[in-house]
Amino acid sequence: MKTTEGIAVSAVARPHAPVLPAAAPRPGAKLWRGWAAWPLSLKIGTALLALQLAVALLAGWLYPGDPFDLAGPSFLPPGADPQFPLGTDIMGRDIAAGLVHGARVSLLVGLSATVIATVLGTTVGLLAGYFGGWVDHLLMRVTELFQVIPHFLFAIILVAIMGSQLPYIVLAIGVTSWTMVARLVRAETLALRERDYVKICQVMGGGHARVILTHILPNAFAPVIVAASVLTALAVLTEAGLAFLGMSDSNRISWGGMIGASREALLDAPYMTLIPGAAIVLAVAALSLIGDGLAQHLRRGGAS
Amino acid sequence: MARTLSIDADAAPVARTRRRPYVLTRVLQMVPTLLLILLTAFVLLQLAPGDMVQVLAGEAGGGSPEYLARLRQSFGLDQPLHVQFLLYMRNVLSGNLGFSFRNNASVTALIGARLGPTLLLAAAGLAVAVGIGVSAGALAAARRGRPVDRLIGIAALLVYATPGFLLGIGLMLVFAVALPWLPVGGFVDAYGVEGPWAHALSVARHLVLPAVTLGALHAAIYARFTRGAMLEVYGQDHVRTARSKGLSAGRIALRHVLRNALLPLVTVIGMQTGALLSGAILVETVFAWPGLGRLAFEAMQQRDYNLLAGLILCSGTLVVLVNLAVDLLYAVLDPRVRLK
Repeated sequence: MKTTEGIAVSAVARPHAPVLPAAAPRPGAKLWRGWAAWPLSLKIGTALLALQLAVALLAGWLYPGDPFDLAGPSFLPPGADPQFPLGTDIMGRDIAAGLVHGARVSLLVGLSATVIATVLGTTVGLLAGYFGGWVDHLLMRVTELFQVIPHFLFAIILVAIMGSQLPYIVLAIGVTSWTMVARLVRAETLALRERDYVKICQVMGGGHARVILTHILPNAFAPVIVAASVLTALAVLTEAGLAFLGMSDSNRISWGGMIGASREALLDAPYMTLIPGAAIVLAVAALSLIGDGLAQHLRRGGAS
Repeated sequence: MARTLSIDADAAPVARTRRRPYVLTRVLQMVPTLLLILLTAFVLLQLAPGDMVQVLAGEAGGGSPEYLARLRQSFGLDQPLHVQFLLYMRNVLSGNLGFSFRNNASVTALIGARLGPTLLLAAAGLAVAVGIGVSAGALAAARRGRPVDRLIGIAALLVYATPGFLLGIGLMLVFAVALPWLPVGGFVDAYGVEGPWAHALSVARHLVLPAVTLGALHAAIYARFTRGAMLEVYGQDHVRTARSKGLSAGRIALRHVLRNALLPLVTVIGMQTGALLSGAILVETVFAWPGLGRLAFEAMQQRDYNLLAGLILCSGTLVVLVNLAVDLLYAVLDPRVRLK
């Protein structure tokens, strides 16, 4: 297991782990200041994501009314009627309206599942890395458990048990995807624990909570931000996959749900699948670019 | 130090006594993980709404409360939870994963029938992934910063960002519908297949699209990993030495860089096994491939919790075993691991 751990950590963490400045905490603060120096991938990714977030936020204004409304004739291909620029689906629902409202749900699921996974993973990683010993041993066995059970299968079973309402979908995705964060934070914590300023704080009588929260967490957080963007991308993909299998909240329209709903018309009207599919690709690509760019930026920022 | 360098007679026994503990510890390390998988399956079964007695009685058209109580007693469901867990463990260890009332068959038999196609698909997908991924990554690393590198990077990003089912649907629309070269789905042609060779050929034709779909997603990951690992090796001394010896760029890339970079790739492959099985659920559903993934989809639709728990047990164990194999292989490939 030693090797797996070593590689698992190095594959993601190595780019930035060794170059974090020893006495310059809070790399996040640096992030916003030098946006002109952002790598190209970070700029493109952020612009794309901002665009999608804007569309999601303005959905109610762009397309007031219920996206589930049967707005026109069904099976209208894109461009055939200026009133429905992207066409209509099997039931005659406006695809453009679905796309815009679906952005809300898809991005919301992605972001909230990531929050759950990040909080869980950070907690586990901090505790395991800081306390070591049997705490570490126990937590790492649990982490391993969540790594060896295929995440998507696990999520499916949780949704099958809990039901396919939106909060449960978010919970299922979050609970099954935190292991990467836990391993990253553990590795960072193991290294930080030996740093002088951490030892000094301990010697000065700082309690465990104080040491962890004020000295370790802020410094271990840079790789977590990178991991979080990767996790959000994965969560959007997982939501789409669940929805494709029919496990989506039937009261909330999402990109994956739109694809799942048009599966029967796949051969006659592939545009119903390809349009929301393109939205997913765009969102995931944007988030991956942000992850890449952030890793590059933090690496560079540490070197200067 | 001297001992590892010497090639005298007693060098071999030393190596052997050292290797055995590594294998042993590594195998023992699996035990808690396997127990936790078992516990997870058990807990999920407890959380699932309704118990199997209700299902049984439901299939039989209802039953009196006394009948239900008697059934519960006969299955040990009136026992405290920890006893039930031990019973469950005993059953699983003896190969009994429970009964799927929806399919009227034992979970073990259902999984056994579907395991083969999934292993075939996973192996083919892995071959595609490693083949495409490593060559694309190696090419990108050798041409770092050039248009080819950029192009491979963009392609990997787009493929990675595409949901597996969407990629499958796209490939199906192009290569099975618009150009009717390959079958839309299934495992083997229903008729006109005679003899083992025709059968194998038919299966192979059905395998192409699902394997390419599954493999492409992972190829993107391997391409990025290979590129990164190779760029790291390019900065090392032995590469500089090779350059100063006047070796050609291609020879350096293949013999001196790629070979060293491939070692950690073995571990990444092991780590991706779970993701490969996850991906198989969607790919098998799209292409109606009769494997574990499609079985999971069916079980989910029918809320067949016994079957779902069996699938968790089976896939979790599979991943643990693959990781074991990978770690042992790694120890063979890289002696530094087992001497640590």
